[in-house]
Amino acid sequence: MWKGIPLFPDSASTYSDAVDYFYLALVVISIFFTVLVAALVVVFAIRYRTRPGSAGAVQIHGSHGLEIFWTVVPLVIVMALFVWSTKIWFVVTRPPAHAEQYYVTGKQWMWKIQHPTGQREINTLHVPVGVPIQLRMISEDVIHSFFIPAFRVKRDVLPGRYSTMWFEATKAGTYHLFCAEYCGTKHSQMIGSVIVMEQADYELWLAGAAAGESPQAQGEKLFAASRCDTCHTGKPDARGPDFKGLWGKQVQLSDGSSVVFNEDYVRESILVPTAKTVAGFQQLMPTYAGQLGEDQILSLIAYLKSLSDPAQGGAKP
Amino acid sequence: MSSTVATPAAEPRTNYLNVDYGWKSWVFSTDHKRIAIMYLITIAFMILVGGSFAILVRLELATPAGDLLQSETYNKIFTMHGVVMVFFFLIPGVPAVLGNFLVPIMIGAKDLAFPKINLLSYYVFLVGILLTLTAAAMGGIDTGWTFYTPYSSTYSNGQVALAAVAVFITGFSSILTGLNFVVTIHKMRAPGMTWFRMPLFIWAHYATSLIILLSTPVVAITIVLVALERLFHVGVFDPTYGGDPVLFQHMFWFYSHPAVYIMILPAMGVISELISAFSKKRVFGYPVVAFSSLAIAVIGFFVWGHHMFVTGQSTYAGVVFSVITMLVAVPSAIKVFNWVSTMYKGDVWMTTPMCFAIAFIGLFTVGGLTGIFLGTMGLDIHMHDTYFVVAHFHYVMVGGMVTAFWGGLHFWWPKMFGRMYPENMGRVSAAIIFIGFNMTFFPQFILGYMGMPRRYHFYPEEWQVLNLLSTAGATLLGIGYLLPMVYLPWSLKFGKVASKNPWGAKGLEWETDSPPTTFNFDKVPVVTEEAYAYPEGARHQPEAKVV
Repeated sequence: MWKGIPLFPDSASTYSDAVDYFYLALVVISIFFTVLVAALVVVFAIRYRTRPGSAGAVQIHGSHGLEIFWTVVPLVIVMALFVWSTKIWFVVTRPPAHAEQYYVTGKQWMWKIQHPTGQREINTLHVPVGVPIQLRMISEDVIHSFFIPAFRVKRDVLPGRYSTMWFEATKAGTYHLFCAEYCGTKHSQMIGSVIVMEQADYELWLAGAAAGESPQAQGEKLFAASRCDTCHTGKPDARGPDFKGLWGKQVQLSDGSSVVFNEDYVRESILVPTAKTVAGFQQLMPTYAGQLGEDQILSLIAYLKSLSDPAQGGAKP
Repeated sequence: MSSTVATPAAEPRTNYLNVDYGWKSWVFSTDHKRIAIMYLITIAFMILVGGSFAILVRLELATPAGDLLQSETYNKIFTMHGVVMVFFFLIPGVPAVLGNFLVPIMIGAKDLAFPKINLLSYYVFLVGILLTLTAAAMGGIDTGWTFYTPYSSTYSNGQVALAAVAVFITGFSSILTGLNFVVTIHKMRAPGMTWFRMPLFIWAHYATSLIILLSTPVVAITIVLVALERLFHVGVFDPTYGGDPVLFQHMFWFYSHPAVYIMILPAMGVISELISAFSKKRVFGYPVVAFSSLAIAVIGFFVWGHHMFVTGQSTYAGVVFSVITMLVAVPSAIKVFNWVSTMYKGDVWMTTPMCFAIAFIGLFTVGGLTGIFLGTMGLDIHMHDTYFVVAHFHYVMVGGMVTAFWGGLHFWWPKMFGRMYPENMGRVSAAIIFIGFNMTFFPQFILGYMGMPRRYHFYPEEWQVLNLLSTAGATLLGIGYLLPMVYLPWSLKFGKVASKNPWGAKGLEWETDSPPTTFNFDKVPVVTEEAYAYPEGARHQPEAKVV
């Protein structure tokens, strides 16, 4: 009989068990207080019911001791729960340093996904077991939310701004992928699967899938095709800044402030070049809004990032 | 003449109902009691509208495939269910009906401070309803009651602008009512009615009115901005025009979270009255219960970000909103413990209103505790936007506010109309509502933890058993709600004539006629004792019992 009524989804990420334990603790606390309140109400309703010859009400105005007791006890309990949950929150929101970068673009009503090795998928995400993976996500239209119940994690996918989430799968299998933020007519069909594979199987899958080019290779081509290299030549007399070794560093701006050279800054500068000009350069760059899609901007970002990665031949001394 | 000698006993005294039967005496009435009745009829109609949409949603979800309705239609139906229930029942339900009728009487005033503004608030409300129903008839809206941008401002094809105007206008009805209550409670209390002699129903309405006055203008501004962006592409929320989509959520929840307390605080006031009256006792810890209403009102303004833990607001903003959210649990828990203690060593009479009050305590306890699940971020990141949230807020709103509304309506029905409702029918419907409610919404907690997202037209097959259970419960719940809608009107003609004080309860409303005269009291009452001043050994009098 219980087969038809599942109580827990699969638990398949490094932090999903921690979430379940916390949930169970809350369930136990809730059952305790619900049963306590229900028992008191029922007992009082029966014990003190009005009937011919009943003793009548004893007027009790209140009790300072009791009021303090049932203020402090719930306060201590909820604060303890807050501390416990916040520990989980920091685990779920802080990715490990070297998580693999996957790119996700949401649009009404599909998920477009690109692997670091270049494979593209729609509404399906293949990932290996035991590898921390970070998704960098953006929407092309309205707000969506990338939700994998088996991993106990979701994150809204916004238009005009990157959001990220990370997980490390622990168990091979096929799991639900849902859009959790209402996004219009076919919201409930903006679904798919996350397929977790053993490392070796994942390698096989990668080899079998139409690999295409890696995001940074595509980005390198786009960099040339969009004529970015006309100004960003990397030479001392260039009209635009050199990107080698720049990733993640503070950049001085012409108005005296500074900004971290990261995904959000690069995306903004491609779409609205006038927003933040690097100190020492004139504002000559045209906007690429309407010419480059979110997928292409993500490829360009992958390329610029690789220029600062010693392993990929960037940032040569 | 012998006939004049016989009539005084047979002919009822003049009261607010029989004083004039002309239609003008109703539609132009500035009597707070008549306006309350007009609100009651209007809101009863809206419950039927919103309830029909709810039944359609549950029927659709009986099967995993979206086979009863088109996706677009389904989306419009759950949107209308939310808009109708939130703006035209949950928010005005208790204050505009029971509050309107009782606030002046309970403090010994002859009307609200601004009777004409009170009438205006009703017509503003009516215009809001007509515009909403027009929007529904002209194609409807499919944004969800939350109107999230940029979907609502740019992408949706529905009648968003018209619905936005409707909600904007309805907000003014709330503001006018809140303003009226604040001024009335400050300035029109009878001699001797000090702040700490006021019934807790009045304290709850006072706290609610403050929230209404401070938060409703924010949602009005937000809605105007959505309409401006939709009609004139002014970039506020849509990044395509340079806006920020998350800004909408901040502004929306800055109103809509306090709005949750606009819905539940007056209901809590009702529960305090019911438990006291049917236990023959002063509410345990009266000042603590009064101040916990104010605490909820104040803290409620600083927790809106808990609706946005996964939207990308900063990690630390989440931490701050979470800890403040935890604090709201405390005054809510205090109220529950004080209600339970009020029954201790009381003289408990299980009438229909008391059955509803006890159902409220149980359902609100579950609703409140599951709020902790969602306020803790480590869990919310999994449960946000799932059926767990749907179940949680239905436990608080429907299990809480609606149950209290029925309890209050039965309790004051003899006062409002001078007739008793059929007591056993009342108890049966309270039991059906309690069972049907739990059957409908408890399975949704489990579905939520399994990961079923809300607002889903299609869902995976493995969740059908729980969904079917929920749909069966909804049918039972529907029957439970329809019963009072039949026997209450029936009682207006066939119910036993009610005395001044059929429950033997304390409170100024029980010292005047049932139904009261137009100006409530023949002479201004003087208050000489605290609220709920039941004597030691107070008992329900068997002869007062109506069953």
